[in-house]
Amino acid sequence: MSDIIISVKDLCKCFGSFTAVDHITFDVERGEIFGFLGANGAGKTTAMRMLCGLSYPTSGSGTVAGFDVMTQGEQIKRHIGYMSQKFSLYDDLTVRENIRLYAGIYGLNRYETLRRTVAVLNRLRFRSEADTLVGSLPLGWKQKLAFSVATLHRPEVVFLDEPTGGVDPVTRRQFWEMIYEAAAGGTTVFVTTHYMDEAEYCSRVSIMVDGKIEALGSPIELKKQYRAESMDEVFRFLARGAKRSG
Amino acid sequence: MNGFLHFVKKETLHILRDRRTMLVVLLMPVVQILLFGFAISTEVNNIDFFAVAPNRTEAVRQQLERMEANPYFTFKGYIDQRRIDYVLRSGQAAAVVVFAENYDQLIEGVAVASLDEAAVQFVLDASNPNNAGTHLVYLQSSFQSAGSVTAMAPAVRVLYNPQMKSSYNFVPGIMGLIFILICAMMTSVSIVREKESGTMEVLLVSPVRPMWIILAKMIPYFLLSCMGLVVILLLAHFVLGVPMSGSIVGLVGLSLLYLLLSLALGLFISTIAHTQVVAIIISGMLLMLPVIMLSGMLFPVENMPGILQVLSCIVPARWYIEAVRKLMIAGLSLSAVWQECCILFAMTVVLVGVALKKFNDKLE
Repeated sequence: MSDIIISVKDLCKCFGSFTAVDHITFDVERGEIFGFLGANGAGKTTAMRMLCGLSYPTSGSGTVAGFDVMTQGEQIKRHIGYMSQKFSLYDDLTVRENIRLYAGIYGLNRYETLRRTVAVLNRLRFRSEADTLVGSLPLGWKQKLAFSVATLHRPEVVFLDEPTGGVDPVTRRQFWEMIYEAAAGGTTVFVTTHYMDEAEYCSRVSIMVDGKIEALGSPIELKKQYRAESMDEVFRFLARGAKRSG
Repeated sequence: MNGFLHFVKKETLHILRDRRTMLVVLLMPVVQILLFGFAISTEVNNIDFFAVAPNRTEAVRQQLERMEANPYFTFKGYIDQRRIDYVLRSGQAAAVVVFAENYDQLIEGVAVASLDEAAVQFVLDASNPNNAGTHLVYLQSSFQSAGSVTAMAPAVRVLYNPQMKSSYNFVPGIMGLIFILICAMMTSVSIVREKESGTMEVLLVSPVRPMWIILAKMIPYFLLSCMGLVVILLLAHFVLGVPMSGSIVGLVGLSLLYLLLSLALGLFISTIAHTQVVAIIISGMLLMLPVIMLSGMLFPVENMPGILQVLSCIVPARWYIEAVRKLMIAGLSLSAVWQECCILFAMTVVLVGVALKKFNDKLE
């Protein structure tokens, strides 16, 4: 059990009479790349927000990195990284300033900040762009930088909310290489995506339909279970029954 | 705490990098002070008038000479009774002074004036009632100083602003307006911008408490406003010659309180608005208009209809401007404005409370 980093049981979130997330239950192991799939409006983002300590569940229970989502939201925040759907760095700050800001937020000391800044710049081959305003970088670069910043403080889990939206295929590939690297380093990656080819890269995926988790397993298992050629077919088969779609 | 300083630095960079906003913030007080101080004024400097005098006697001539010597009047000549309407309509003059046929006897008290027969009559163009009112007062006083028209001319002394300069009146108003603009509008826009761009979400997932994020946002704007305050006070004193006869410490203290209030307003707006445009519209409609119309900056509160007077009580700028006038121009000490201070303080406490509550609810 020690290797379970996210554990969720019967988690619900209601807004008035609308049940956005309806009794979801799953576990994520340390070092996994967990794909969290679902159509628009299926409740992915709401579920993710609860796991990040941004909103309280209506009922049910869950732990992230060993902390209770009901009562220990503040501790959870210290142990996770987050990259939002929208681009989440500051356009009017330079690459270096952005990195330094997030290092400061997570309380890294001066030496560590400097060391990791250099590491990130080298890894992204960004050294010559260190003092460029982020706003003038191409989108793909920005997303890679945003991911590096989200994992700068070496979180136990990193939550990625549709990180590759609008990014070209080459950059998407590079992006996934970074995700693999992070996972190999022991960071658990929890990622939502619309791209079914990306779902194939995940260790395990869950597919949400109308607030419920309809399928859960590794891509190979799921394809076998639904007798499908690709994840795309699995997804379409499941999403056909959806009542609320985006 | 370390994170907090990083935030303050980041906010400062945002402001510094946004050259246009910086320029607006720094130049606005200067431009407004100069505009209101010199260009826009409710003073009347030049009244063109004609005279109708059936008998151009010595007394009539003396009166007109006196008026001509006065820089506020320009005597354009004598006209016939029937042309009064024409000169006013055509805009050649703002007023016509009609002397009675027996002006001499009337002012000397030889003849007794009947009800419909006065020694002198003013015919005024009141298409702009404000100006007409001022013209009338000027005309009356020019006759009173001669000691002629009324037997009992009261000796008038205007205190605190003896020349009735309108700039004295405007400076407190501009202060009330600019701080609302910088603090409330700009903070709310900057908070909403982060909501729009998605960075707010990332900040909320970070271990930094929302309270600190907001506080860090306010500090640079607070400092910017303090700079504005210094610029306004210096300009008002050295360029416009506003006396600052009261307690400077009190004035600054009061202004700092008002700055806090504006910041709380900005935070409040940011919790209602979801886009920058909405934030700007709300601060424009909900803050600027009441400040201009209801605060007593342009129109005296006492002259408003009852319902507007009641409404003006909830406009913070009304109390601030009133207190600043007392401190700056009447030269009273801080103890004289304790009432306004208490009201502003209470408003600040309530607003900060409501804004924080709403802000925390929104996170849910």
